[in-house]
Amino acid sequence: MTDFSTIDITEAKKLLSQKKITATELTEFFIKQIEEKKGLNCFITKTFDIALKMAKESDEKIQKGSNLGILEGIPIGMKDLFCTDGVKTTAGSKMLENFVPFYESTVSQNLWKNGAIMLGKTNMDEFAMGSANTTSFFGNVLNPIRSDNQKDLVPGGSSGGSAAAVASGQCFAATGSDTGGSIRQPASFCGLVGLKPTYGRCSRFGMVAFASSLDQAGPITKTVSDSALMLQSMCSYDDKDSTSSKKLIPNFSDYKKFDLKGKKIGLPNEYIIEGLNEEIKKKFDQCINIFKDYGAELIDITLPHTNYALPTYYIIAPAEASANLARYDGVRYGLRENSENLDDLYQTTRASGFGDEVKRRLIIGTYVLSAGYYDAYYLKALKVRQLISNDFKNAFKKCDLILTPTTPNVAFPIGEKQNDPLEMYLNDVLTVPASLAGLPAISVSAGNNNTNLPIGMQIIGRPFEEISVLAAGSVIELSKV
Amino acid sequence: MSFFIEGDTGKWEVVLGLEVHAQIKSNSKLFSTASTEWGSDPNTQVELVDCGMPGALPVINEFCVDQAILTGLSINAEINEKSIFDRKNYFYPDLPQGYQISQFEFPIVGNGFLMIQTEEGEKRIGITRLHLEQDAGKSIHDQDINNTLIDLNRSGCALMEIVSEPDLRSPEEAALYVKKLRSILRCIGSCDGNMEKGNLRADVNVSVRKPHSEMGTRCEIKNVNSIKFIQQAIEYEARRQVEIIESGKKIIQETRLFDPNKGETRSMRGKEESHDYRYFPDPDLPPLMISKAKIEELKRSLPELPDEKKSRFISEYSLTNYDAEVLTDDQYVSNFFEEVAKNRDSKLVVSWISVELFSYLKKNSIELSESKITPKKIAGLLDYIISGKISNRQAKELFEPYLKSNLEAKDFIEKMGVEQVSDEGEIEGLINRVLQENPKMVEDYKNGKDKLFGFFVGQVMKESKGKANPQVVNKILKDKLA
Repeated sequence: MTDFSTIDITEAKKLLSQKKITATELTEFFIKQIEEKKGLNCFITKTFDIALKMAKESDEKIQKGSNLGILEGIPIGMKDLFCTDGVKTTAGSKMLENFVPFYESTVSQNLWKNGAIMLGKTNMDEFAMGSANTTSFFGNVLNPIRSDNQKDLVPGGSSGGSAAAVASGQCFAATGSDTGGSIRQPASFCGLVGLKPTYGRCSRFGMVAFASSLDQAGPITKTVSDSALMLQSMCSYDDKDSTSSKKLIPNFSDYKKFDLKGKKIGLPNEYIIEGLNEEIKKKFDQCINIFKDYGAELIDITLPHTNYALPTYYIIAPAEASANLARYDGVRYGLRENSENLDDLYQTTRASGFGDEVKRRLIIGTYVLSAGYYDAYYLKALKVRQLISNDFKNAFKKCDLILTPTTPNVAFPIGEKQNDPLEMYLNDVLTVPASLAGLPAISVSAGNNNTNLPIGMQIIGRPFEEISVLAAGSVIELSKV
Repeated sequence: MSFFIEGDTGKWEVVLGLEVHAQIKSNSKLFSTASTEWGSDPNTQVELVDCGMPGALPVINEFCVDQAILTGLSINAEINEKSIFDRKNYFYPDLPQGYQISQFEFPIVGNGFLMIQTEEGEKRIGITRLHLEQDAGKSIHDQDINNTLIDLNRSGCALMEIVSEPDLRSPEEAALYVKKLRSILRCIGSCDGNMEKGNLRADVNVSVRKPHSEMGTRCEIKNVNSIKFIQQAIEYEARRQVEIIESGKKIIQETRLFDPNKGETRSMRGKEESHDYRYFPDPDLPPLMISKAKIEELKRSLPELPDEKKSRFISEYSLTNYDAEVLTDDQYVSNFFEEVAKNRDSKLVVSWISVELFSYLKKNSIELSESKITPKKIAGLLDYIISGKISNRQAKELFEPYLKSNLEAKDFIEKMGVEQVSDEGEIEGLINRVLQENPKMVEDYKNGKDKLFGFFVGQVMKESKGKANPQVVNKILKDKLA
């Protein structure tokens, strides 16, 4: 069997269209990979029968050569946050361990319409709450990349299963969802490309909600070129989501025609934080030079409220989550524990169905919305969020793109930071601001550190300017050292 | 007459404010396309949002927004060009999302008012706000020994909560307010006003105070679903509060329930147990923006409102304020009236509708709109009175069987043989016979016993089996006896 784990979607599309390979061959290859690499625990549910059926349909279409989707015949992983009709959707939680939706999320629907093939549902932090994929009810996901000292590393989170699956060649690409960095951070830890589009680009319909004002679906891929193809197939205006955008959807692959020459790239000094890994800082400086070589103009900018982004995020996201997760009450679907009375039903079901990290955030969220605390926490956080947005607006008057590291550190061993939520939350410190402002941002691997662990760089763009973000990402990709 | 409660320490004034929940008459729910039809099988009208499925999202129903704007305009209120939907968080099995989508700080409709017709004249009742919110489902506790059953057909239906100022001072005023509001809602069609189905229900805030003193502590009586119960609940609750205060105790602010069987209110939960709803803006819904053009467009589409109609009735039909109020309370009734009053004496029409017809309806516990009585049916009978073919008294006697029959006036009157005799020759014959048969009486009358005139009329009517036109009888009798 040919090894397809080293090629990307762009390459596979070519082989498929030349009829050198079939979608069924590709699918069978990845099914074998998934079986062989199940130790990484990337998938919660495998849907091989569905995959082979979809592959057959794609092959028939390719044979006829008509109605081909952008991703016709391309096997992918679907984060288990996206509801899939007739296929178990758990959001990584015991609460939804046996939940089978009877409806399809818009993002997954769009992907199937575009010919993508579903290999399975990928593991994730419970309800997308985590930065290491260590909060899943279905167990930790291992990063396929190991450091030289051979310890098991986290793949990042919350889209850890998606990232590890792509990085280990179990699928060409996978969907992720990013609330404060859940696409970009695992992409960075696994040496991949992770794109969080502008808020509103992808529909949230059928996506299990964590924090509605922040949640945004996006792709995790091996290459920037694949990222454009995936996003093209995922996004759409959707009248089932009131926050979905009607902005014209461009051809994202046009990033290849986007010239960075003369473009201004902002460097926010606030992102060079205390505790930023030295090697990451060095890589960041190298990237600056790469952009200079491309004729871009590098300028210093300031995003003065960056320091407040993390605490703001950890008020707003839990507050929204505390309401979004109230529906898991044992009454209509999902887990239901035995109980004596109504209060008991709520207590036992929610105590047993949610893990510690989810409970922690629900308690924080409930607290910050409570009478007497609302103004001091939630309302203030909303105001600070506006200031952070304004920072970006002002910065984008001076520059076209913003370059920062994706994370302050590389992938860390499983078990580390586990007992210190604050240290865990610091993982998101560089990704959260763009989330709060709803801006498109990509993480692209800029090469490895001296123990062979990937380092990701983040490009943030203006609203709905994914094309320039992809273009800048491809510059880093091409110059990867 | 002002309303006071007589306590041991003197008069107490009652202060009332109402929160009316009106279900919007709409084919689909506030945030989903599920049907709102009443009386369907349980859980057959439920979309993803209505049962709180993971990943379900609310999408606003523009029709419901329009209805709220129309309602706001018809209660003389400001329409807010920007309003916000909030989540009101609490756990209950018939609240599938774990929160109700409502409007808290920024409602769609702001300050307004409506006028009620009290015995002392018109009174203006302030309205604080109107906001849109989702209804909950229904918990059914009496169908299964071990389980509570949930019906989500009502879950997510659109409600308007209309909050009054504490301007009401008696159970009657509260009743008048609800009636007026209901007639406005029915007139513009934003709510069918059906209280039995729970489509219109009220939370009543009650407090008592000595006249001209500070407001007392209030209690809220939840979910009262008839005008009669609203009055009963207020009377009971106000008296209860007076007794507590006069016995030296304090009113505890709390939520109470009205028990219609016992006619009393009882505590549901105290202030301490009251929920912290943790309202916050729903991130699934952008702010609701309403353009000035839209407001103007809706304003132009408003029908003639009850108060406008009332003024017109007073001037056009020379009705009293009271009659006009009664007739414009319900659009069906006012249309009915106008139909009958066309080219007929409006005073006669109003008395037949508001007295005879209404008491018939009340006796049979039926709404005019639900009855099969048509304006034509009433007009047919009135035409017989107007032409003098039957007397008013005859018509009253015939009224009930006439309404219950399927016959038109002409056929009915023929069948009953009650047509009035106005033929002077025929009547004169009857009179002559009566006078001949009672010579002694005629003599007495001529000697000054004027009262006997009634006796002669009675005898003539008896002879005619009630069919003689009394006016004609009177006229000829006077001539004969002169």
